[in-house]
Amino acid sequence: MESLTTWIEGLLADNTIFTLQTLSYYGEGLTTTVQLVFLSLIIGLVLAVPLAIGRGSKHQWIKMPIFFYCYVFRGTPLLVQLYLIYYGVVFIDGIQDTWLWVILEKPFVPALIAFTLNTAAYTTEIFRGAIKSTARGEIEAARAYGMSWWLMMRRIVLPSAFRRALPAYGNEVIFMLHASAIASVVTIMDLTGAARFVYARFYAPFDAFLFVAAIYLCLTFSILYLFRYLEKRLLAHLKPSGQ
Amino acid sequence: MKIQTVLGISLIGATLFAGSANADVRDIRIGVDVPYEPMEFRTPDGELTGFDIELGNALCAEIGIQCEWVVQGWDGIIPGLMARKYDAIMSSMTINDDRRKQVLFSDPYFTPPSAWFAPASSDIEVPYPQTLEGKTIGVQRGTLQDNYVTDNFGDVADVNRYATADDMVLDMDAGRLDIVFLDFPVGKATLIDSNAGNYKVIGEMITEPKEYFGDGFGIAFRQRDEELANAFNEALATLKDNGTYEDIYSDYFGAK
Repeated sequence: MESLTTWIEGLLADNTIFTLQTLSYYGEGLTTTVQLVFLSLIIGLVLAVPLAIGRGSKHQWIKMPIFFYCYVFRGTPLLVQLYLIYYGVVFIDGIQDTWLWVILEKPFVPALIAFTLNTAAYTTEIFRGAIKSTARGEIEAARAYGMSWWLMMRRIVLPSAFRRALPAYGNEVIFMLHASAIASVVTIMDLTGAARFVYARFYAPFDAFLFVAAIYLCLTFSILYLFRYLEKRLLAHLKPSGQ
Repeated sequence: MKIQTVLGISLIGATLFAGSANADVRDIRIGVDVPYEPMEFRTPDGELTGFDIELGNALCAEIGIQCEWVVQGWDGIIPGLMARKYDAIMSSMTINDDRRKQVLFSDPYFTPPSAWFAPASSDIEVPYPQTLEGKTIGVQRGTLQDNYVTDNFGDVADVNRYATADDMVLDMDAGRLDIVFLDFPVGKATLIDSNAGNYKVIGEMITEPKEYFGDGFGIAFRQRDEELANAFNEALATLKDNGTYEDIYSDYFGAK
């Protein structure tokens, strides 16, 4: 570790912008971005599955609220949602005295809430489409076997819907990573926040933002490879035979 | 060529070059970041005003040129000057060595102290790194206050950086910040004067060390525009002599 630090220091010797200090800002930014995106995607995914099932329900009182939620969160910019959740809540009288303030005081949780609700809305729509396009024959076969609704969902509909949703969901994950760049407007030091800090301090837009763009590219490619691997494994049965 | 055409062209030429009293200095655009009360802000009906705006207009009148104000966000204000979106920056910009590498400064026209502001109920007495340990400090991103706080308090306290002073005041009102570090006139106008009794100044005015706080506010020009800078320096000296500067100053900050 000691020698690594000296090695990096040697590399950066002729450099006024990328010192160990600024690199540590980028490092912390990377951690924050990954945490924020990963957590919001996981929670969003967990929320989206029941919502997608409910979205296809026959009952209006289940279907309509979910439709409304997706409509609002897909119909407004994420930046506006973030502003409302971070700056908007403080206009609720007396919120500082409630337990809610403990979680809303720091910017991380409001950003997490905004991102989660946003990605959950998109993921709900992706899954709903996939569930809806389940082949009728599979459902009829399941019924013919006498499966209950729940068993049919669990064994027939959801597993194939997840597979069909995978490519579209991969896109959503990448979009979410890129959308997280707006977290710095509510003072979070994410990757973009670190880049803006370095930019403002050294008046060097190219260096600061090209560096951070390279980090985002690496993250995006890791996500792409993960999804390509998953698709290869899970969609193997759909490939033309003999390959 | 018909005689009318020749006459027409020379007439257009004459109008183009008329109207500037100083032959070397043409009309310019000045970049400014609003709001930053009382230095630059908008009146309720949307007019730009403030100390910088009034002094800038007086300087332009003294030189005899037309000046147009261009609103530009703070963190892109120097790149905007380089990109010729405007020809000067007059936006409470502190003169310091880092910026001197990029731009040419006029003589300082104002030297504001920075100060700490906190809610009236705050028990912080003197802001040292020890007393601010674990507190949340608000600053505007990319300002000299940001640099000072980051270097001196960044290790012990949380530093929240905001794009505008308004966002910061909002978060201070919300109770998310323990203390903010601002140009004193700005903090006085946005925190003390408009929220009677809610906020107070903590400790003394801070203007040292010079490596952070520089030599006061200057008007920034591109390095090659030396004639323009000289014209502004001469005009500034004249306004200080004839009392105009004093009048504008006392309108905003009270008598010296």
